[in-house]
Amino acid sequence: MTDPVVKISELHYAVGSRPIFAGLDLTVSRGEITAIMGPSGTGKTTLLRLITGQISADRGAVQLFGQDIGAVRKPELYALRRRTGMLFQNGALLTDLSVFENVAFPVRAHARLPESVLRRLVLSKLHAVGLRGAAELMPAQLSGGMARRVALARAIVMDPELLIYDEPFVGLDPISMGVIVRLIRELNEALGITSIVVSHDVDELSSIAHQSYLLSEGRVVASGTPAALRDSDLPVVRQFMSGAADGPVPFHFPADDYASELLGPTRRSS
Amino acid sequence: MIAAALGRSGAVVLFLLRVLRQCGPALARPGDIVQQVYNTGARSLVIIMLSGLFVGMVLGLQGFDLLQRFGSEDALGVAAALGLLKELGPVVTALLFAGRAGTALASEIGLMRATDQLTAMEMMAVDPLRRVIAPRFIAGVIAVPLLVAIFNVVGLFGAQLIGVQLMAVDAGAFWSQMQSAVELDDVFEGVVKSFCFGIACSLIAVYEGYHAKPTAEGVGLATTRTVVVSSVLILLLDYLLTAAFLGR
Repeated sequence: MTDPVVKISELHYAVGSRPIFAGLDLTVSRGEITAIMGPSGTGKTTLLRLITGQISADRGAVQLFGQDIGAVRKPELYALRRRTGMLFQNGALLTDLSVFENVAFPVRAHARLPESVLRRLVLSKLHAVGLRGAAELMPAQLSGGMARRVALARAIVMDPELLIYDEPFVGLDPISMGVIVRLIRELNEALGITSIVVSHDVDELSSIAHQSYLLSEGRVVASGTPAALRDSDLPVVRQFMSGAADGPVPFHFPADDYASELLGPTRRSS
Repeated sequence: MIAAALGRSGAVVLFLLRVLRQCGPALARPGDIVQQVYNTGARSLVIIMLSGLFVGMVLGLQGFDLLQRFGSEDALGVAAALGLLKELGPVVTALLFAGRAGTALASEIGLMRATDQLTAMEMMAVDPLRRVIAPRFIAGVIAVPLLVAIFNVVGLFGAQLIGVQLMAVDAGAFWSQMQSAVELDDVFEGVVKSFCFGIACSLIAVYEGYHAKPTAEGVGLATTRTVVVSSVLILLLDYLLTAAFLGR
């Protein structure tokens, strides 16, 4: 087995005094689809920002392609990012450029290709996500699912080794969801792209992931294949996989006792 | 309060240095800059010309009223030209620019921040400072002096309209006195002010937009702050520059 694409060890990270990660360990192997799951607010998106070097860890190491992402300088960081594609939750298309120009954007920024070659490249990527016909539309004219597919075409146009999906299934209708799931699997199988998928859609992830991690309270509480996770008898895993409202992850945000709050003195809002 | 203001000023200056470092590479893509000059400059033309016309007409009226008390209404051309070139042109144009183009810049960049477009660029290994901020900054610095020149021309036309056409100041005296009394130094003062205001307006707009909180409220706040900070800064700079020029 080759060296891992992402290796995180003993990661600590806090926002102000609120710890987000306390000793997180995680490995993403080359060529696999790794799912990162967890309840909302467990810092899944923060983890992606740490992996891509947008923010740096308080303690512990985050390695991307074998390099410590917190220690590299900006040119090396940009070189690492060029090997990485990222799909944002809302697509994050550049609103003043057409679909075609959005997909062409990274190519134009990093390579000097003849216009005819560029055109063929961009259209082939758009064809792969089924939106070649939408090349001349503006982002505002796209539905949410289409925008995400365009963003996916843009993410793969530089042929990245690692593709990161941030909540790719949120807010999609079942058809678009199926399309995205199929695309993630096809890109992984056909192009051998290592993928990280952050989501809380257990069923969708189980069908495509090779390895999955369940995060809770700043640590990995369970890891393994989706099947192994489903059979786990850890209470927090069972709650998450079955979707029970209350359990180790409480339904209620921490608060004072309800009865005493109702009967007690009126709280003055400051 | 004072410490916070000083801290912010320092942050703005550091941001200016970061932007300036990206200006060289940004100049390699002149198309972007031309597009932004169009967005910020050309689209401000109507408001600039309208305002210039009325400011010039008011100058004509007030100047005529003042000068005729001393029986020297022939000097109206000089008074209008100096007033426009040295003060009203640069200051009013810059204030209008901050309100029209500065707010548009700040909210555009703030929205790009709020919709992850700037982060997406960083993830594509494209520096948003080079690609988004620097071209807009350069375009603003180019656009303001051009707009000032247009404002001045239209303003002089307005003053002439009132003074010569309406109040019957002698046209020959109006133009010839202007020609002989206005020095190159006066023009130079206006040009220097225009560039300084252009830098100030553009810098504040891109700074506020770039650092906007990624929420609807944050973008709104950035827009408001752009107008407030730019306006105060323009008037402050105007005083300092005027004092510096008179002290030479």
